[in-house]
Amino acid sequence: MALFGVDYTVIAVLAPFAAALAAPTMVRVFKHNAAWVLAIVPALVFLHFFRYVGAVSHGETFTEGFAWVPAYGVNFTFFLDGLAVLFALIVSGIGTLIILYAGGYMKGHAQQGRFLSFLFLFMGSMLGVVTGSNLITMFIFWELTSITSFLLIGFDHLRTASRRAAMQALVVTGGGGLALLAGFLMIISVTGKREMADVIASGDVLRESALYTPILIMVLLGAFTKSAQFPFHFWLPNAMEAPTPVSAYLHSATMVKAGVYLLMRLNPVLGDTSAWMTVLPLFGGVTLLVGTLLAVRQSDLKMMLAYTTVASLGLLVMLTGAGSEVAIEGAVLYLFAHALFKGALFMVAGLVDHETGTRDLGRLGGLRKAMPITFLCAVLAALSMGGLPPFIGFIAKEVLYEGTWNLAGRSELLTAVAVTGNALMLAAAFAVAFKPFLGKPTKTPKPAHEGPVLMWIGPLTLALCGLAAAVGVGWSGPSLLGPMAGAVAGVPVEGDYHLIPAHIGAPLYLSLVTVAAGLFVFWQIDAVRRGMAGVLKAIGWGPDRGFDQFISLVVRFAGAFTAIVQPGKMQIYMNTVFVVVAAALLVPMIYYGEGPSMPTMPDFRFYEWLVLALVVIGIIAVLAARTRLIAIVSLGIQGFAVAVLYMLFGAPDLSFTQFMVETLSVVILALVMTRLNLTAKDNRPFSETISHMIIAIAGGIGFGALLMAVTQVPFDSRLSDFFAANSRVVAHGRNIVNVIIVDFRGLDTLGEISVVMVTGLAILALIRIRSRGSKVPGNPPTGGPLKPVSEPHPEVAS
Amino acid sequence: MEAGFAVLIGFIFAASIYLMLSRQLIRILLGISILGNAVNLLIFTAGRLEREVPPVIPDSSLVPVGATANPLPQALILTAIVISFSFFAFLLVLAFRTYQELGTDDANEMRVAEPKGEARPPMGY
Repeated sequence: MALFGVDYTVIAVLAPFAAALAAPTMVRVFKHNAAWVLAIVPALVFLHFFRYVGAVSHGETFTEGFAWVPAYGVNFTFFLDGLAVLFALIVSGIGTLIILYAGGYMKGHAQQGRFLSFLFLFMGSMLGVVTGSNLITMFIFWELTSITSFLLIGFDHLRTASRRAAMQALVVTGGGGLALLAGFLMIISVTGKREMADVIASGDVLRESALYTPILIMVLLGAFTKSAQFPFHFWLPNAMEAPTPVSAYLHSATMVKAGVYLLMRLNPVLGDTSAWMTVLPLFGGVTLLVGTLLAVRQSDLKMMLAYTTVASLGLLVMLTGAGSEVAIEGAVLYLFAHALFKGALFMVAGLVDHETGTRDLGRLGGLRKAMPITFLCAVLAALSMGGLPPFIGFIAKEVLYEGTWNLAGRSELLTAVAVTGNALMLAAAFAVAFKPFLGKPTKTPKPAHEGPVLMWIGPLTLALCGLAAAVGVGWSGPSLLGPMAGAVAGVPVEGDYHLIPAHIGAPLYLSLVTVAAGLFVFWQIDAVRRGMAGVLKAIGWGPDRGFDQFISLVVRFAGAFTAIVQPGKMQIYMNTVFVVVAAALLVPMIYYGEGPSMPTMPDFRFYEWLVLALVVIGIIAVLAARTRLIAIVSLGIQGFAVAVLYMLFGAPDLSFTQFMVETLSVVILALVMTRLNLTAKDNRPFSETISHMIIAIAGGIGFGALLMAVTQVPFDSRLSDFFAANSRVVAHGRNIVNVIIVDFRGLDTLGEISVVMVTGLAILALIRIRSRGSKVPGNPPTGGPLKPVSEPHPEVAS
Repeated sequence: MEAGFAVLIGFIFAASIYLMLSRQLIRILLGISILGNAVNLLIFTAGRLEREVPPVIPDSSLVPVGATANPLPQALILTAIVISFSFFAFLLVLAFRTYQELGTDDANEMRVAEPKGEARPPMGY
């Protein structure tokens, strides 16, 4: 299916990016009602992916897109199977509702346009992750979700907590992303395949590869950081600093599931090994328990939900790695259910916060009269989260219990973990859904009232979807959930689920235990909270504090390192430069034995020796000069001697120029030096003198030996011959040097003159801009009134 | 002859590096001036030496008669001399103004861009 040669799926993935561009303008024109218009975009995307449901449920897959960088096998391709389609539906469907919700939530906010823009950017990136086929393309979208998450968490960037949470999320998920890139590159190198469809069809190649363990570690690092698995879970609760639409969308329904998506996606080729089936349930199980225990400890609605999200992600990872098809079915069902109920509950929390001014459970109560629709949404979603019939959460729980119960070997442990986690989750769900609404009305910062339609339409729709999916499981099972589970398991799955358990068995009993335990914890939640708070206080350290310590360590290290490599002393920089120069000259020459051979005594004539000696004497005099005048005059001697050398060796033009330049240099230097109160004495300590001498001599030997070696090989005179042959014939000049300068390389000379001119202007500017007072206190400028002493006219020289 | 020049040029390089490693601005400037000569002579010698005969074509001929000096390095050096001179003049004025502003000619004491005891980078977020 294509439009103007571009596949619709490509357009669907790119559409949110276009909406992101349009959002600020739309908000400027329509104010918060722009959400109604903008929500059409994700709604259309949803419809587009919905059209694939029928075909995908029959086991078909689709690959669409185009070549991007064919030379490197990077393609802008998208792969649609049961897993990708359901994820795309979740992303675009919940995205539609979130855009509406954000319209109400951020109503009147000065930056609402920017906020919606970021949300759309994220939506496009997330669609790219779940549908991306090419590994490199998918990685790019993966990192884009980290970046947009950073932007959204830090949206309220005037608060330190926001900035910290945003940076934390970026460091953790971005770092994991880099590990994932390494994993992807290894996968590409092992399988030779770059498209996801080919990779997951590669069978046992990855499992049997020697690189399996490093690949697994890298992929797990990427997935665990993204999906907030213990011990990387700490960034997710902190991400609650973001406005609630972000928490509902990114940090519960979609982005944090990217890690789970990745594990599910690669399960057919990486799974079914003992490492996979050990590491995933271990980390997932620990995350589930830690998440739920920390959730019941919270008193803030959003924090409570955030920790249950961590727990749910743990559960998903645990089930993905459990190693049975039924467990995977349970994971798929739970993932779907979780996206619906958690998104709804977050939006409820946001509604309560928005309309009452607080999210603190201790300050909320009796809202059922003031906010009846919100209460309804909360109850519907919480019942699903608690795993009660007739909601999709119930079916999910039944299937996942069936999965863990029938595992070979570890079923007792995993079932116990799942039951504990689910019971605590039920308690947390009820705390969020009932505590604020039941009991006596309390005084809240804002008088409580029902929210606008923009804000309750989202949670209501999601909560009703949770109900509809369960009631209509005869359709949603085989059409949506079965194909997804099939894609994860790697074998076709029917998706035959029932709202009313087909037989009374272990899962149902486990559900009863869960509900009973959950209700008990809910009843005693204050005591549990106090207990957990005590335990945490006793531990005293957590990865969140660890992150601060890590960052502080990095900053200290950077500071210390900078202090070493940039100590602010020019001498150290110069030393480094010349040590490197000397080493670059000498080391290869010695290592490859390509130094010069021993030269014979040069056959200089008497007067040539004299001039050479003059150069040496001049330089020694400069080195040894005790007063500035001697130094300047010696410099002149050395320069004039070089000019004479040019004269003796057939270069009168050079000689003339050198005379001019040396004269000018000496004059200017003398003029400036008389204004400077400098000691001409070289006051380096003795040790420095020695080390500088060694560096200088090594550099000198390097240049000398290089030149000697160069002059000992035959001379290639082709270029010089060309100029000699063409100077008069082509350019009609007899002085070949001049012809080269003004004719063959005329443009170079133009550049040279420009440099001289610019330098002259810069010198003029430096002198004209009068000092605005000394910057060193107590050290007044010593220079007298200035005249433009060194305004050069170097053009005369050439 | 080239070998003799190579020894001389090595010596000039060593002297200029030694001067540039100094802390005093004026010595650094002297070193840079000498460095220019060293580099020019290096190019000159690398093009091989030829006594006394400049690369000029006699009036009666279309090409040079007999062996002449190599014109190519000369053209390069001609440019280099002028550029290095203007560079030197600029540095000289820069050094002078720096001395006026900062009151010191010790390169190690010029810490405007990298102040001494600079505070650690911010530890907050």
